[in-house]
Amino acid sequence: MKALVIGCGRVGSNLALQLDREGWDVTAVDEKEEALSRLGDHWTGGFVLGHGMDTDVLREAGIEDADAVVVATDGDNTNIVIGQVAQQRFDNQCVVVRVLDPARAEFYRQRGLRTICPTSVAIDVLLDSVRACEVRPAETATT
Amino acid sequence: MYILVAGGGKVGANFARTLLKDGRHEVTLIEQRRDRFIRLEREFEHQIQLGDATEIYVLERAGIARPPDVVAALTGDDEDNLIISQLAKEKYGVPKVIARVNDPRNQAHFDLLGISPTVSATRGLMALIEHEVPEHDLVHLLELRKENLEIVEVQIDERAPAAGKRVEQLDLPEGSRLISIMRNGHAEIAVGATELQAGDQVLAILQPGKEDELRKVLLKS
Repeated sequence: MKALVIGCGRVGSNLALQLDREGWDVTAVDEKEEALSRLGDHWTGGFVLGHGMDTDVLREAGIEDADAVVVATDGDNTNIVIGQVAQQRFDNQCVVVRVLDPARAEFYRQRGLRTICPTSVAIDVLLDSVRACEVRPAETATT
Repeated sequence: MYILVAGGGKVGANFARTLLKDGRHEVTLIEQRRDRFIRLEREFEHQIQLGDATEIYVLERAGIARPPDVVAALTGDDEDNLIISQLAKEKYGVPKVIARVNDPRNQAHFDLLGISPTVSATRGLMALIEHEVPEHDLVHLLELRKENLEIVEVQIDERAPAAGKRVEQLDLPEGSRLISIMRNGHAEIAVGATELQAGDQVLAILQPGKEDELRKVLLKS
């Protein structure tokens, strides 16, 4: 199975490494050459230098026969556009897009784009952690 | 009209300025960079807001839910312009959205996502150059993006295969048609019996991408 990971920063590189360990044939795309070093010395997957908005770069990275596309650059709007291009132009069935802004993530989710919002996830986890503290009501502390 | 302008760079600020000078419009300009915002605020006062126009709360604060008659996405970032246009059109039902294309290679993305009309300085310049420089034998005059048609002009010279032939004898590519012939300063509508002559300027309507086929029939043997 082939996976394309667009944006090879902290999130993208670790995701690419994990998919690789799970047996996927992974190609990472990033516009910075340094991004390749995030994948470590033993990276045997693909790496394409270029911007994900460039359809030639996407083709070179093999988007036309990729089974899954993960879009995780550091720009929400860039991710949303690339995600829609992958879905609508290249007819990719499994496109997952990182969007930090909960409002935009929700709007595009409603429109059929599979957006993942780390901000919302963080808020939920933080809330759960606060609730798990079992803080007693203030009046019991004064007695 | 109420017009919301995203992006206070040279393009956006001058566009907003021109609209306001017209005196008939209500305008809100949104600029993300604080330094630029402070400079422009002296001129635009309450008609400019600081913020990222791709953020929904910023758009709502600027009155996108009214909705405006026109939203112009004129930032220097194509991704931002695409998102602003999609939000305006699809979330708020803005009737008219105009988007700036900074990098002509991104035009295909705007087309794919149904954002039209778009304005592109590069495309405009190319059209001008084509029109002015004679080695471009086929000049794009007008793009009808929504209709997926374009109008082009070609000049017939004496070596052209079409010279001396009637329109009905030409094997024009499917999805194309000749509109008119300009000869000695006079234009006439092209019909089947119209004979093409060297020196004619011919207007044709065709689907984009058929230029080479049309060129072959009219200009090169």
